[in-house]
Amino acid sequence: MSALRTLPVGGQVALLFVILFGVLVLASIGWFVWSLREISDGAQARHERFKRDLRAVWVGATLFWLAWVSGAVGATLLFGIVSFLALREFITLMHTSRGDHRSLLLAFFVVLPLQFTLAGGRWFDLFTVFIPVYVFLAIPVVSALADDPQRFLERNAKIQWGIMVCVYGLSHAPALLLLEFRDYDGRGAFLLFLLVMVAACAQIGQEAASRWLRTRPTARHIDRSFSARAWLIGATAGAVLGAALYWITPFKAPQAFALSFIAGGAGTLGGLVMRALKKDAGVAWWGNASAVTGAVGLLDRVAPLAFAAPVFFHSVRWYFKV
Amino acid sequence: MSRAEAMGLLLAFVARLITGAQGHWKGCPPKAEQRIYFANHQSHFDWVLIWAALPQELRVNTRPIAARDYWTSSPFKAWLTREVFRAVYVNRQRTDDQDPLEPLLEALSHGDSLVIFPEGTRSNKGEPQAFKSGLYHLAQAHPQVQLIPTWIDNVQRVMPKGEVVPVPILCTVTFGAPLTRVDGEDKAGFLERARAAVLAMRSGRA
Repeated sequence: MSALRTLPVGGQVALLFVILFGVLVLASIGWFVWSLREISDGAQARHERFKRDLRAVWVGATLFWLAWVSGAVGATLLFGIVSFLALREFITLMHTSRGDHRSLLLAFFVVLPLQFTLAGGRWFDLFTVFIPVYVFLAIPVVSALADDPQRFLERNAKIQWGIMVCVYGLSHAPALLLLEFRDYDGRGAFLLFLLVMVAACAQIGQEAASRWLRTRPTARHIDRSFSARAWLIGATAGAVLGAALYWITPFKAPQAFALSFIAGGAGTLGGLVMRALKKDAGVAWWGNASAVTGAVGLLDRVAPLAFAAPVFFHSVRWYFKV
Repeated sequence: MSRAEAMGLLLAFVARLITGAQGHWKGCPPKAEQRIYFANHQSHFDWVLIWAALPQELRVNTRPIAARDYWTSSPFKAWLTREVFRAVYVNRQRTDDQDPLEPLLEALSHGDSLVIFPEGTRSNKGEPQAFKSGLYHLAQAHPQVQLIPTWIDNVQRVMPKGEVVPVPILCTVTFGAPLTRVDGEDKAGFLERARAAVLAMRSGRA
């Protein structure tokens, strides 16, 4: 560990990516060898799911690497595009009406670029309040001007919620990359990496725990695998991983544990909320092409991150006063 | 690459960015056969959407229909329809000595594919209105051409009537199986069957 700490920053980050892509290549080779065997129908479904997940991880890792090599502007732009695509998918599945047209234009073409500009420029004070204060007051005003009282509150809630998850939540990913700590220059990639790893670990931990515990689900109509105990185990698993990785962060081990617990717990709760939204919209998973449209399932992938990132970011900012 | 081709690529890119413009080939493969795609008509964006959903090699000889008086009224509009989309111009005012379908028949005898909206006008009621008879006459005159029912979904949310800027919402274009020919069918029966075929492509029902 100490040998690692003495490496220059660039070297450390490069090592991080070498390890990340190394693990992915190994996983893909393993999957390929495994896929050569003959398998039963039940295994086939799991197999397909794993393939989908693996591909998503590849895409995520590549995105992460691109964000890193392209610097502040590139990272912001990249996550901005992801946010655009996620919001597009979200709005597609929510039924909006004619009167929402202007509000949606505002969300897509004004709010989204502005929020990411604020992140890229490191204006974190305005970045924090821009959407919850200004945008959330502006959207209903624009909607009211459209002169359509039908389901007014419901329509506004949908748009605001979409902005909250897809724009506000995701904009914290480039913000984490750009957050400046004392004696921690240029290592924002580690923070984002920690966050993603912790969120993924918490998700996997929770799913494994719920299979193993077989307890009564807390919210049976939304998610049959979610229970409070499984959630706690998942978040703790994330926290343990975070504590084990403390040496890549500016935190001490207990701090890393606590922050990772918060991020992991928020991420899995985000997954639960997204599941509720999907049930509401009547799709099994967002990427279900036969459902409505050609949605690609991006929301499924970014939902935990969209929940974990703001909570993690603001906890860190508040605690460390950065 | 000419300027018209570049413009075409740009427009297709924008359409894909905004709507995804996903083509679902449910009843026929995307092949370069001579076809008439007939679709429901809900917004000005419809043609661009179908065009962007087609593979690039099919775009070259698939042509829309444009009203001559409107689409030749400025140099840019004329350039866009003539050079980029290779539109077939029709006259909206009916004159006694000319069949309004003549330019379309001519394009078909050149081997081009066409995209037509047989409702004649945009509707936003959800279900398409009754079809105009043009489709029937084209099918009579060129029985070798495949008739592909096409359903465009969600586009009325992208650009409702009266708005100028499109909202990014995913849309799909579903292409169905070619309409079969029934011997001795009359015009009304054929048009009703064609309309039903388009409706059957509505997502979730095909």
